[in-house]
Amino acid sequence: MTPGNFEYHAPTDIKQALALLIEYGEEAKILAGGHSLLPMMKLRFASPGHLIDLNRVQGLKGIREQGGMIHIGAMTTENELIASELLQKKCPLIPEAALWIADPQVRNCGTIGGDIAHGDPGNDHPAIMLVTEATFVLKGPKDERVVAANGFFLGTYSTQLNADEILTEIRVPVIAKGTGYAYCKLKRKTGDFATAAAAVQLQLDGNTCKKIAIALTNAGPTALRAKDAEAVLTGKAIDERLIEQAAQKAMAICDPAEDQRGDREYKTHMAGEMTRRAIRRALERARGK
Amino acid sequence: MAKKNISFTLNGGQVETLVEPRELLIHVLREQLGLTGSHIGCETSHCGACTVDFNGKSVKSCTVLAVQAEGGTVITVEGLAKNGALHPLQEGFMQEHGLQCGYCTPGMLMRSYRFLQEIPNPTEEQIRSGLSGNICRCTGYQNIVKAVQYAAKKLQATGGK
Repeated sequence: MTPGNFEYHAPTDIKQALALLIEYGEEAKILAGGHSLLPMMKLRFASPGHLIDLNRVQGLKGIREQGGMIHIGAMTTENELIASELLQKKCPLIPEAALWIADPQVRNCGTIGGDIAHGDPGNDHPAIMLVTEATFVLKGPKDERVVAANGFFLGTYSTQLNADEILTEIRVPVIAKGTGYAYCKLKRKTGDFATAAAAVQLQLDGNTCKKIAIALTNAGPTALRAKDAEAVLTGKAIDERLIEQAAQKAMAICDPAEDQRGDREYKTHMAGEMTRRAIRRALERARGK
Repeated sequence: MAKKNISFTLNGGQVETLVEPRELLIHVLREQLGLTGSHIGCETSHCGACTVDFNGKSVKSCTVLAVQAEGGTVITVEGLAKNGALHPLQEGFMQEHGLQCGYCTPGMLMRSYRFLQEIPNPTEEQIRSGLSGNICRCTGYQNIVKAVQYAAKKLQATGGK
């Protein structure tokens, strides 16, 4: 299997990349790690006339802390996220989720920016971005804008990223004291997308849940923020009864597509179960266990 | 589409070839450069049979464009043995019966080659997760794990040579 014909461009700075994007417009596609786009091109689900490879663009990689936020270059690979001590300490949900993505070889190529910008509801970073309340830096030909992850994902393969913009950086707040987190993912085998997965990040004040965010992967046309489930738990001392109520609320927003991973009912139930497990694990961690 | 001239280091030597942008690294390695050790299994980045070492990392060469290799360094299974002596990993796969049909073996070897540089003294669990991107349909993996353990021991004893 070989992709269709295209012209290949390997710019070395972001200005060149943006200029190419303007020049070729709708015909152009940005190539990051390539592990979503190239498979789609082999199957002719995508057939761009021009590929703009970001792998040689300077300044799109790396993880640093700045003013209570962690800034992650969009071309940072999954394995670089996993290996980052800064992330493990300050945004541990990101490396936890990255470990569940694909396999070691794919994680050497796949990038956090590609995973987000692709807009695939089966990708894992979108749900993580929703619960960590990340923001994205989108660079256009004239200026850049910073948009919130919440509201960025519009539908399957559809995001707020404009055709003349490139996602260059992901910014994530450093976790507060008393934070617990978990990403629970059910997949059939290594390399598969989630049958269902749930991301949770919460903050305890004593025994009370001061703040919680819950989001689901592959349970609808985009990653879904489970606001009603969060409302059940916010301000409460979380117990099994409340976890069950929250799981039911999370299941109520599921709208998964039936495929070889299961029918809608099964996937919805698995999303509920992943929610229960992720809340329990996040609670344990917040309590220092 | 206009072909591009690419040049990169392959198994220690410099190679130059003309490729279409759409050509995958695995196809260029096998069909143009004649190195048929790396295998095409699934061509969908699942099976790992096409795993090669690219710029110091394991990649699935069915999901890398050949043009992306420009200026880079690639090692394939043909680059493992030195001066006719098998690499400790190749020896391990032989001694421990780490293969049956052998189709997945070049990918297993190349992934293990990089993995043992990342984690020179791995636990069984680390080996299993480190090789989780490589599928074997014959062995049940037991002897592959043993082969990697064999090589790890030998490499440690000889200081990674």
